Amino acid sequence: MLSRFASRLSRPASASLKGFSALAEDSPFMELRPAVTMYSEEETAVRDMVKTWAQQELAPHVREMDREGAMRPDILKSLFDNGLMGMEIPEKYGGSEMNFTSAVIAVEEIAAVDPSFAILVDIQNTLTNNALRFWGSEELQEKWLPRLATDTASSFCLSEAGSGTDAFAMKTTAIPSPDGSYYTLNGSKLWISNSKEAGVFLVFANAAPEKGYKGITAFVIDAETEGITVGKKERKLGLKASSTCALSFEDVKVDASCVLGEVGMGYKYAIEILNEGRIGIAGQQLGIAKGAFNATMPYLRERKQFGTSIGDFQGMQHQVAQLATEIHAVEVMTYNAARMKENGLPFVKEASMCKLYSSQVAERVASKCIEWYGGVGFTEDIIVEKFYRDCKVGSIYEGTSNIQLQTIAKIIANEW
Amino acid sequence: MRVLVGVKRVVDYAVKVRVAADKKAVDLANVKMSMNPFCEIAVEEAVRLKEAKKATEVIVVSIGPKAAAETIRTALAMGCDRGIHLTTDSRTDQELGPNSVAKLLAKIVEEESPDAIILGKQSIDGDFGCTGAMLAEHLKVPQCTFAASIDFDAKTVERETDTGTEVVSFPSLPAVFTADLRLNEPRYATLPNIMKAKKKKIDTKAADSLGVELNEGNTVLEVFEPPPREAGIFVDDVDGLVDKLKNEAGVL
Repeated sequence: MLSRFASRLSRPASASLKGFSALAEDSPFMELRPAVTMYSEEETAVRDMVKTWAQQELAPHVREMDREGAMRPDILKSLFDNGLMGMEIPEKYGGSEMNFTSAVIAVEEIAAVDPSFAILVDIQNTLTNNALRFWGSEELQEKWLPRLATDTASSFCLSEAGSGTDAFAMKTTAIPSPDGSYYTLNGSKLWISNSKEAGVFLVFANAAPEKGYKGITAFVIDAETEGITVGKKERKLGLKASSTCALSFEDVKVDASCVLGEVGMGYKYAIEILNEGRIGIAGQQLGIAKGAFNATMPYLRERKQFGTSIGDFQGMQHQVAQLATEIHAVEVMTYNAARMKENGLPFVKEASMCKLYSSQVAERVASKCIEWYGGVGFTEDIIVEKFYRDCKVGSIYEGTSNIQLQTIAKIIANEW
Repeated sequence: MRVLVGVKRVVDYAVKVRVAADKKAVDLANVKMSMNPFCEIAVEEAVRLKEAKKATEVIVVSIGPKAAAETIRTALAMGCDRGIHLTTDSRTDQELGPNSVAKLLAKIVEEESPDAIILGKQSIDGDFGCTGAMLAEHLKVPQCTFAASIDFDAKTVERETDTGTEVVSFPSLPAVFTADLRLNEPRYATLPNIMKAKKKKIDTKAADSLGVELNEGNTVLEVFEPPPREAGIFVDDVDGLVDKLKNEAGVL
């Protein structure tokens, strides 16, 4: 044992670690395992393509859309045309038939340019599309997946005025007709992202209120269905281009075929799909952090005070190093969680962790970037103030930070 | 008509390059690499010809290290049909020069017999702008360089020059065309096409197995950054300007 280490010490300094090994040829450790950040050729191609798309198609209009509080329809169409809205949908339905990691990569790269578009792409891919693929009947999938892949945006309708974190306390009902052939929805939803653009709503409503949360059922409902009203857009601190509205359902009749999966299983579907949705959100927060950081680094070299670049001051260098470390940690956590999911491992704890941590890091990074820019960072001339505003909801939506902490704690408690 | 397109893997245009410590070359460690922008335009032109049914096959070729296969994959994802990868360990930004590349491409042209060969007008690392013209010479075929538009029916090409645009005609195919900036705007590889590209064939061979003499005759002695730009000065009036130009700059 000791001699192995001794021989290692005598290796030439310039030899790469890979070539030098004290392992036997047939040792199982000779199989080199990849690093989390070693993406496949396709995943790298996706990253490059989305980065280029975002720079060329999205970046020039980000400020304008933030001011207008609306998404440009031509950019929305471009998302569909480039396959970004149906990333895991099978090719036979017109999707890109890629893996979960590719979807997270796309969300990250879009978020680095505009987090509003990133949330649209995230909800579509990680919530709506995946819920349909996991639990939708063949009929429902055939009806909606092609549209979701090619031209129809979606909204995830869970929260209500009286139920956010306490999602199961929802009041919207979906009473079945006597013969069970259709359901009538009554109630309202609040804080629904992309509701102005959506052509389809994934709605959670209680089909059997007397059963409590075990009556909650998921429905896939055409946005044009009579009785649905999309309220006015909320005026928000950030993610301004993403429409956030209240929805009201007045005697909305939907065919029983609109039920996603089984009646009364909606609560389970919501929890499960939000688990992986969290990894997508972490991707968005990671993109925000990187976007802000990358927008600021050149300035640290350009800006001179006291005869030198401000990036040369040790105080600045230490702050940069600290935040770069945290961003790296978020990246590794997020993509590791994605791989765990792909490999069929339990990932609820890790997904919660990366959502929690990434939203904290994004906020810290965006905040510091404004400081690094100094006075001008506080103006709309520089993009970092937008990242600062956009990131705040990261610790709120798809499970507040307190809920993430609770989820993580509960799992750890079970481990002990 | 069958088209052959050349693509080169170069430092990404957005990267701030630095000279390596030994001043022998640009530092490429961990630097982002991409398809040469003018090569993207060449690929786009070829793919459009295929979409317009003017071309039946587009073959993409690249000479470079193992990672150049990614560049070929990108071209396949843009719409090329198959790829040829000539592998080399020589640095394609300075060791393997335009004449060597032209000779290698000439060999490929001999094997594949394309009707049109489209290259980028220059690479953004070597910046020689010679490969296309040298290739045409080796093949003894017409060359239309700096093309801003190509009309295969009328057999004319609009060329961009420093003084404006001129229209030249080429007598016949095969011919070599090099793409200038305004020839077209390249597409992104859409995600479904990235997946389709995985199934397309890439033929890999060693560049030095083609029987081509690759000794360039040029050796790079030193690579250095240009001196930092100095601040300009303000002059008070036209006389002051004339005085400076005459007596200091010595240009009048």
